[in-house]
This record gives sequence, structure tokens and C-alpha cells, in this order.
Amino acid sequence: MPNEHRSDIRTALRAAFPHTLPIFAGFWFLGMAYGVYMDASGFSAWYPILMSIVIFGGSLEFVAVSLLLSPFAPLSVLGITLMIQGRHLFYGLSMLEKYKGTGWKKPYLIYALCDESFSINCSVRIPDGVDRGWFMFFVSLLNQSYWVTGTAAGALLGNFIPFSTEGLDFVVAAMFAVIFLEQWMKERKHWTALIGTLSSLACLLVFGKDSFLTPSMACILVLLTAFRRPLEREGGFA
Amino acid sequence: MMTTAQQLATIAICSAGTVLTRFLPFAVFSEKRPTPAFIRYLGKALPSAVFGMLVVYSLRDVRIMEGSHGAAEFAALAVTVLLHLWRRNMMLSMFVGTACCMLLKRLGL
Repeated sequence: MPNEHRSDIRTALRAAFPHTLPIFAGFWFLGMAYGVYMDASGFSAWYPILMSIVIFGGSLEFVAVSLLLSPFAPLSVLGITLMIQGRHLFYGLSMLEKYKGTGWKKPYLIYALCDESFSINCSVRIPDGVDRGWFMFFVSLLNQSYWVTGTAAGALLGNFIPFSTEGLDFVVAAMFAVIFLEQWMKERKHWTALIGTLSSLACLLVFGKDSFLTPSMACILVLLTAFRRPLEREGGFA
Repeated sequence: MMTTAQQLATIAICSAGTVLTRFLPFAVFSEKRPTPAFIRYLGKALPSAVFGMLVVYSLRDVRIMEGSHGAAEFAALAVTVLLHLWRRNMMLSMFVGTACCMLLKRLGL
């Protein structure tokens, strides 16, 4: 590999790393909680580690614990998986342009398209002179490595944490709130932000916290489709 | 209780379903053909809507009807937002907001 190329990679890693620090905190906390939960449910450490590598989706991995403890039901497992993970379709649609032309890194970028990597790669303005593909690749890779190592740490030594970490999981909500604000300040019109927030709140109240995600996405899709003309005329997307 | 093979199959299905939801948009709208105008519109209109949804999603476990009615989370959210509007430093807003939430929980809120 030529030297110039290697320094490009280092520059991208150095630019990506700070953006992933809040994810490090959030994923180590949630990942450890997940590892401890798997351990307490009687699974050896290999299970949560394997699942964090091949599934890499926090909510589904938590739900999968009870699926693994129930009788074998492949079809309902698939149904639950698609319900919980359906939001990734939205991330994919949003990242079609951004992930274009990233070559061999593209399959991994898509494979590791979790909430947090989507948030960063979708909202961050990558500095001039930093390779886009490598930047987004490192964001995704670092995030997944935090999740896998956090899970492993929880599964192997979770019972030895000496202090209360209650409330630490708020870091994930804080991150989404800050990204939402950044997006809000970048755009001229806020209709789509309001559509997303209010549909989700309404569906949360109507359907409850375990099943509001699919109706929320349906509402958002219907509203964006119905108001396409005025929204496009007004423009102002970030 | 499942056999090990059934457990591995369950994990494989979770993985395959997840991979499907992540790859489907890219498989349907390939780089080689131009993306339809409606999908390009969705690509621009969705992010703000999705971030709004994710804020709600990440706070879905807050118990509004019981105990302190989510006082710690909502106070911490207000601190995060105000601090961010003031200093516009993402790390600072997230760090102080989270510390605030942990402190308030420790105080019994």
C-alpha cells in the first residue's frame, strides 16, 4: 500500500474517532447491560458476542433473549425481527446517495447501518481533505467494535461493577436530541421534523412503547407522500 | 428448551432479517440506474423525520404516568437542549445532560 494512501486512512480515522465517543459511552453501557442479561439468563459469553457481531442491533438482541428461551418458532422470529428492524429501510433510503461510490466498503457500511452509525454518517459534515468512504467506514467499524467489546465485557465480568450506572443510558437519548437540534438549525423549514416527532408521539400514546415503531413509520410515510408537493415546493431540507 | 442447533438457527434468522432490512433499499435502487424522483425526495425528507422518531424512541421507557413522571429524563433533556443552543458543542451537551440525568436519578427523582 503506498504511503500517501496509508496517511489518508489515518486522517479519516482521526477525523471519525471523536464523533464516535458518545457512542462508545452509550454502547459500552447498553452492551454491558446486554451481556449481563444474557449471562443471567444462562447463556455462555459466546452467545452475546456472536449475536453482537451477526445481528448488531441492540433492541432486537435484547428481545432475542426471550426468543432463545422459548420453543423454536422460526416464522415468528422472522416476523418480530422485521417489525423491530423495519426502520433500517428508512436509513437505507436516506443513505442511498451518501453511500454511493464507496466501493468495497459499501457492503460493510450497509451491514453495520445501526441507528447510531446512520445518525453520524447522515448528519456529520465530513471535513475537506478527508476521504468520505474511509470516514464513514471507521464510524461504522468503531461503533460496532464498541458494541461487541461492551457485550463481551458485560458477559464476562458484568457482576463486578462497583458503582451505580443508573441513568447512563440517557446518553443515547441525549445524542439523538442533539443531532435532531443540529438538523433543525440547518434546515429552513421544519415540517418533516415535526411530522416525524408528532407522528411518533401520537403512535406512542395510542399503541404503547412496544409496538409504536411500525405505525409511526407508516404515518410518516403516508404524510410525506400526501404532502409531497407542498413540501417539495417549500424545500428547505437540511 | 431449544437444542443448540435451533438456537443457532434462531440467531441466524435474526441476523438474516436484519441484513434484509439494511440491504433492501440499496438492492432495489442500484447505483447503476438513476434513483426515481419520489425515492430521492424521501431520501431528503426522511432524515429530519427519522431523528424526531429516534428521540421519541430513545425515551420510550420513561414512565410518564408513574413515580416521578420522568422528571429526571425531562430535566436532563431540557439541560441538553438549552446547553446545546447556548454553546453548540455536541460532546459538552451530551456529557452534561447525561451527568445531570444520573445525578437526578441518584437523588431519587
